[in-house]
Amino acid sequence: MFDEAGLAVQGAIDAGAVYADARVVATRTETINVRNQNLDQMDRSETIGVGVRALIGSSWGFAATPDLTSESIRATGERAAAIARASAVVPGTPIEFADVPVTQDFWETPYEEDPFTVSTSEKVDTLVDVTKTMQEVEGIAIATGTLMFYDTNKWFVSSQGHRIHQHIVESGGGYDATAIGESETQRRSYPQSFGQYETGGYETIRAWDYEGNAQRIGEQAVALLTADEMEERETNLILEASQLALQIHESVGHAIELDRILGWEAAFAGTSHLELERLGTHRYGSELMNITADATLPGALGTFGFDDEGTPAQPVDIVKNGTWVGVLSGRDSAAIAGLPPGGMVRADGFNRLPMVRMTNVGLRPGEGTLEDIIAETDEGVYMSTNRSWSIDDKRLNFQFGTEIAWEVKNGELGKMLKNPTYTGITPQFWGSLDRLAGDSEWVHWGTPNCGKGQPMQVAHTGHSASPGRFANVRVGVKA
Amino acid sequence: MNREQILVNDTLDMVSDRAGAEVLADVGTSSLTRFANSFIHQNVSEDIEQVTLKVALEGKVASSTTTATSPDALAGFVDSTLETAATQPVDEDWPGMGGPTEVAAVDHWDKDTAFADPMARAEAVKAFVDAGEGLLGAGYCETDSRRHAYGNTAGRRVHGRFTTAVVDGIHQTGTSAGSGHACGVAMSGLDAGAVGALAAQRARDSVGAFDAKPGQYQVVLSPECMATIAVFLNVYGFNGKMAEEGMSFVDLGEQQFDEAFSLWDGPTDPGALHLPFDIEGTPKRHLDLVRAGVTTSLLHTRRTAKKAGTESTGHAVQGAEMWGPFAWNMFVGGGGESVEALIAGVDRGIYVSTFNYCRVLDPKSLVVTGLTRNGTFMIENGKITEPVTNMRFTQSFVDALAPGRVEGIGDDARYADSEFGPTFIHAPTMRLGSWNFTGGASG
Repeated sequence: MFDEAGLAVQGAIDAGAVYADARVVATRTETINVRNQNLDQMDRSETIGVGVRALIGSSWGFAATPDLTSESIRATGERAAAIARASAVVPGTPIEFADVPVTQDFWETPYEEDPFTVSTSEKVDTLVDVTKTMQEVEGIAIATGTLMFYDTNKWFVSSQGHRIHQHIVESGGGYDATAIGESETQRRSYPQSFGQYETGGYETIRAWDYEGNAQRIGEQAVALLTADEMEERETNLILEASQLALQIHESVGHAIELDRILGWEAAFAGTSHLELERLGTHRYGSELMNITADATLPGALGTFGFDDEGTPAQPVDIVKNGTWVGVLSGRDSAAIAGLPPGGMVRADGFNRLPMVRMTNVGLRPGEGTLEDIIAETDEGVYMSTNRSWSIDDKRLNFQFGTEIAWEVKNGELGKMLKNPTYTGITPQFWGSLDRLAGDSEWVHWGTPNCGKGQPMQVAHTGHSASPGRFANVRVGVKA
Repeated sequence: MNREQILVNDTLDMVSDRAGAEVLADVGTSSLTRFANSFIHQNVSEDIEQVTLKVALEGKVASSTTTATSPDALAGFVDSTLETAATQPVDEDWPGMGGPTEVAAVDHWDKDTAFADPMARAEAVKAFVDAGEGLLGAGYCETDSRRHAYGNTAGRRVHGRFTTAVVDGIHQTGTSAGSGHACGVAMSGLDAGAVGALAAQRARDSVGAFDAKPGQYQVVLSPECMATIAVFLNVYGFNGKMAEEGMSFVDLGEQQFDEAFSLWDGPTDPGALHLPFDIEGTPKRHLDLVRAGVTTSLLHTRRTAKKAGTESTGHAVQGAEMWGPFAWNMFVGGGGESVEALIAGVDRGIYVSTFNYCRVLDPKSLVVTGLTRNGTFMIENGKITEPVTNMRFTQSFVDALAPGRVEGIGDDARYADSEFGPTFIHAPTMRLGSWNFTGGASG
């Protein structure tokens, strides 16, 4: 497929582009949905096509087609250049490009069991079994399970000489139980809301012990119907690791995207409260806050060999001991900011323009365990598993809801609480981080549904986290 | 015969009598010109050709989608889908396929929009940007042209086409932003300069915003806000799957909303967009969801309809097995008051231009948290007095529209940009009696 991608690049260059790159992307996906022991969806899909990016002046032109005949590919390259040229009607400062090594390479996700060769009956049976177990809990009305697998081959060619083939394998899934009361619904999910996704094969599914947790999940959903509401107050908040992962995603991951900081996403996703001139001095959080963006973490969902501009995957410090020190960038945005490119530009398929996306933006672990943190807490709440998330366009004012919570009193978990929420302002919240659990509870949580861009793109991102505690957080906000 | 019809027929021929099958072909071009910091920075176009096949082998069902549409590729695609189905358990809820039918004779299509080139989109962007002299503009202009065909082995064949055009964006001062939006079937019907001028005015009027105190306020909500509310009613309320699962607030036949409030799906309404059939080939008709405050209908796919013992309303979409039906032509009933008159009726309240990042806290009571964005203003004694910073709310959208809560409806109904995208909600400005703001920009 290098020849096809090369033909597209040549079409764009011949049409006047100063730089062009192209990706031929072939993606297979499998989606299995079971609801109350019935197979509701068995879908296998395959997309293949070429997307060409051409640079002229201040704008990228991008064109894509699923038609891989030579004539079509070349015409698509020419069309990308024509689109870039039209942008001169409303011009800006010409784009410059940070240098990266020109690479010819192959990279593949390490995996043990190809998820597409595991029998569909085994996969369906896994979900039928867990929904059966959850339904056996009295009061469970709906039990659903999902498995999804992705197998992506990308051939990247640039006019600078890159030729990179990557084979990325991703697996994930999960399940949830819903109990319905007279005027409310309560849901519990496992391993986290919307499932847990990782790079790797079917072995990643087996590692989560789906069956062993199904009864507990069902019982907790039913118990929530009669649990007390959380009262509104300020208190110590202990977050379970998957909820802390989403907190990182929303209040750090998006805020450090350099395209947002530069205003490129202002109208839709928004901008950022961060200002580039304060890089290296801005206080993001407490001394315990150490965030890295690391696309090399084995098994994490945002792991790859090269980004969609051919920049090698790499670890980048984002926050060190509470101080903001790094951003997520691509070759064009890094050049504007005078920073080295971080290799964080990816596209959602052949038909989308690559843009700055999170890789694995995670919080380095602390010490001890969740049990230790609870034992060290006189008064507070412990919240687990995301239920809702909302944050403003500068990534400052947020409100999260979780599926379940417990009171914490005198170092022990107390009664279960339903409809838990907490709210805060990003720097104050991270400044109140006073405890983090250690390596043994540090998990590479995956977010498979990160939306950004126009046309909309959905990225798969990773967020490593262990449980953490935050002081004086406002919880229990009500309608 | 068009390309999409050929793809449907060829695929069904390849399935032959090996299984029951339905095929959807989607062919077209989608283009979007994006700008930020007052210049075009991303400019894209894609050709679309995609075939989705669902087969049923004695109740064993599997589906596949492919963009590889050469005859050889399609033959492999068909064989592979049949092999997948053969290994599945029986889908007890499989509703089967519909027979021959006819769809409404509508054609929401504009030739010039279908073939709009990047220069046409760039000129619209220029008009938007030029309307905000001294400000920073950001947004996009999009044109989309699509042809869909559906066919199945039960003899159903339907096809149609549509175009949409959108201009959407904000203007920004150093401390504030304002938004504007327009969309329709044709680029020629959009006044990008006027959209940019409104965004610029809102941005300038928002300079010097203060933090308003949280609490209950009367509100005047723009068409954009009402469109976002309608999406939540669509997804969490009138969704037949949510209702079947006991998670919807909808109680058919009851006065659940203010009598001034009406909501319907109107694929044949003047100015409507999109297609008069769904991805199962089911025709869409005018469907009242709320008439004078009384909930009257739910949205159904063939699957949810089977469970409910009724007929599909033609609202199957991709992913409906998981998420349920969705209405693509939803209209919130308009009123007769000008926006100025709606504002004049407020003693002390807040005007909101757009909502942002709304997420449901409880689907059954439809309690939602979200924020305001791109223009929020204090109203005192019937007049807008000052801009306020963005505010967070936590509010049941059903309660907000409950009997006695709708105080006035604007005469400005149009396709509006919901938080979840444009082109599928037509809504007016509305004045509501109470809205629960739970925090300001600073907490």
